[in-house]
Amino acid sequence: MANGAQSPRVDILRALSDAGLTAFIAFGLLLPLIGFLTGVNGRNQLVLTSRWQLLAGITAFVGLARLLFSLFVAPYLTQRTQRPVTTVSLARETLRRWVIPFAIGFVILYPVIVLLTAGFSGGVKWIDNFGIQILIYVMLGWGLNIVVGLAGLLDLGYVAFYAVGAYSYALLAENFGLSFWILLPLAGILASFWGILLGFPVLRLRGDYLAIVTLAFGEIIRIVLINWVDLTNGYAGISGIPRPTFFGIPFNADDDGFAARFHLTFSPLYRTIFLYYVILALALLTAFVTVRLRRLPVGRAWEALREDEVACRSLGINTTNTKLTAFAMGAMFAGFAGSFFAARQGFISPESFTFLESATILSIVVLGGMGSQIGVAIAAIVMIGGTEIMRDLDFLKAIFGPTFDPTQYRMLLFGFAMVMIMVWRPRGLISTRDPSVVLTERKSISADLVKEGHG
Amino acid sequence: MVDPSDTLLRVEHLTMRFGGLVAIDDLSFEVARGSITALIGPNGAGKTTVFNCITGFYKPTEGRLALCHEDGAAWDGLDVLTASGARSRGALHLLERMPDFLVAQKARVARTFQNIRLFPGMTVLENLMVAQHNRLMVASGYTLLGVLHFPTYDYAENAAIDKAREWLDRVGLTARADDPAGDLPYGAQRRLEIARAMCTDPVLLCLDEPAAGLNPRESAELNDLLLAIRNDFDISILLIEHDMSVVMEISDAVIVLDYGVKIAEGKPDAVRNHPRVIGAYLGVPEDSVDTVKAEAGL
Repeated sequence: MANGAQSPRVDILRALSDAGLTAFIAFGLLLPLIGFLTGVNGRNQLVLTSRWQLLAGITAFVGLARLLFSLFVAPYLTQRTQRPVTTVSLARETLRRWVIPFAIGFVILYPVIVLLTAGFSGGVKWIDNFGIQILIYVMLGWGLNIVVGLAGLLDLGYVAFYAVGAYSYALLAENFGLSFWILLPLAGILASFWGILLGFPVLRLRGDYLAIVTLAFGEIIRIVLINWVDLTNGYAGISGIPRPTFFGIPFNADDDGFAARFHLTFSPLYRTIFLYYVILALALLTAFVTVRLRRLPVGRAWEALREDEVACRSLGINTTNTKLTAFAMGAMFAGFAGSFFAARQGFISPESFTFLESATILSIVVLGGMGSQIGVAIAAIVMIGGTEIMRDLDFLKAIFGPTFDPTQYRMLLFGFAMVMIMVWRPRGLISTRDPSVVLTERKSISADLVKEGHG
Repeated sequence: MVDPSDTLLRVEHLTMRFGGLVAIDDLSFEVARGSITALIGPNGAGKTTVFNCITGFYKPTEGRLALCHEDGAAWDGLDVLTASGARSRGALHLLERMPDFLVAQKARVARTFQNIRLFPGMTVLENLMVAQHNRLMVASGYTLLGVLHFPTYDYAENAAIDKAREWLDRVGLTARADDPAGDLPYGAQRRLEIARAMCTDPVLLCLDEPAAGLNPRESAELNDLLLAIRNDFDISILLIEHDMSVVMEISDAVIVLDYGVKIAEGKPDAVRNHPRVIGAYLGVPEDSVDTVKAEAGL
């Protein structure tokens, strides 16, 4: 009895000291970051102001959160890991049957829902900043998922193909006046050509070496875009890129524009809605093609390559071609997304294709769960939607004061979210693998058995 | 000696050097069509290296590795093929000129590995489907027709599933078809690897220590499986094995390697009593070292 009463008290002591240590570390880290604020006064002088109250508040919050975690969440977690793992085939079957059609229905009706709730003027922001922006990244995530998630080849320079697609559209449309619908497939083909070009030198590389070369490739493309001023206009970028038309009808205020033809009052909203459905169609195409490819021999060969390359070769699979098709397919979807991006923005510059973009797309794939389509889509919504939503959190100013700018805490929050997910689900949100072919019963495969590939 | 017209694989003067180390030294042997040939020898004798050369994972330093899908007259073109510099002509294939995947795809030599190499995160059925990659690839119009849902691929996929099911029945894994291969017990993984190799439609099956880690009952089952493969499918088997209950019971011919050199060859009983084989495995008494060395030509 005495023992039973004693052990929780020891736990509380340990939790307290742990929380104290956490608060101390937080204090040490945040002292220069939050404790002091530099600003400029009226006479243009640098002034240092201290914010002890805010620092104390945040430190206390971190300590308290740690205390609550070790008292309530940690015991639950240990209990959960001790429970035997069971296959959740039933839950997945429900997911397959209900969630996916519902999600597709929702994204198709999304502009209508937005217009009904946010109104005509407020709707543009929600369709453009949230809808289109998120769908571009969903598409990029699904494209990279082929290379990283299925074939197991770590690609840190994926944004290069996005850039190739964007510049292909911009240059060919400006110089040759070709239409968006001709250049969309062409941009995809050009990007996949560059995917194969990248593929050749890295065929023999694995792991870290592969990652470094792909990273370098991404930088090469960006630096060429910056320095080949005659063609790309360098840092200044390309502006005035022709916008896509509604099967030949431009979205402008002219007499033969979209609004006039359909007897509507002119509004930029129509183009936004049109672009939304274009990227939605492209993203769904990516998803359907990838789902189909997984059932085809080439998709199985990609996954087999991720599992064991030597065994693949012993079964007569040409691993060179298999890797190159993975690079080409992934690059092709990035090329589609890139040409859409250029058409939507009307302006592109090398600034849009930095390493940070590659890192964002890769973290969408990793957080979502490598190989999982739904996981990648959820991760893209959270990561990109989260960024956008942080611009709108004005109510936080009521709590933290009028100078508080939530967007400045974006990276902090992302870092935090990423650490949390990696602690909670080290293999991503949806880590189980769905078999591509079934004899009698569909069972999902635990992430413990699925390999991550050679790099 | 095996009738030369009935030979499936001819290994001639095979030499493999890694830097200064001679792993295989001027090795020649033949594998008869429809036979089970065992390759035995102490650890480090170069058995797996021979396998890696035959299956294209290593490029031999010297030597010719010829395989013929038809018997008799087809062998006559061997020297013409060798002189032409091509990889294969008709039924004749020169394995040393082929990269590993072509040895499996064109010359139809399948293999298993000493340390099992399944696709652990894929189901048992998927493992067998991957093995039928090349046929399915053609049926799917190299992916193009498959993406567009052409019915040719669906037929081919159903046929592939039927073939996989047949092999699952044979190795007793039908009930576990939808479980990940990494979840299977060790013995079942060995059988699955053999079934997977057989799904590539080979003419020659190379098994690297298929009985390693199996208990006596499983070894006996393996014997039955290998004999059934040879009898029902008319496939030749080349196996590396340390388990003498497997080697002596099912082999038609045994080749003994030591330090990369063939020291004996023949029927299992003859090899078992061969003094040099006993010497290689058990060592020889101190006073007879010189006699044995002289016999071995060392």
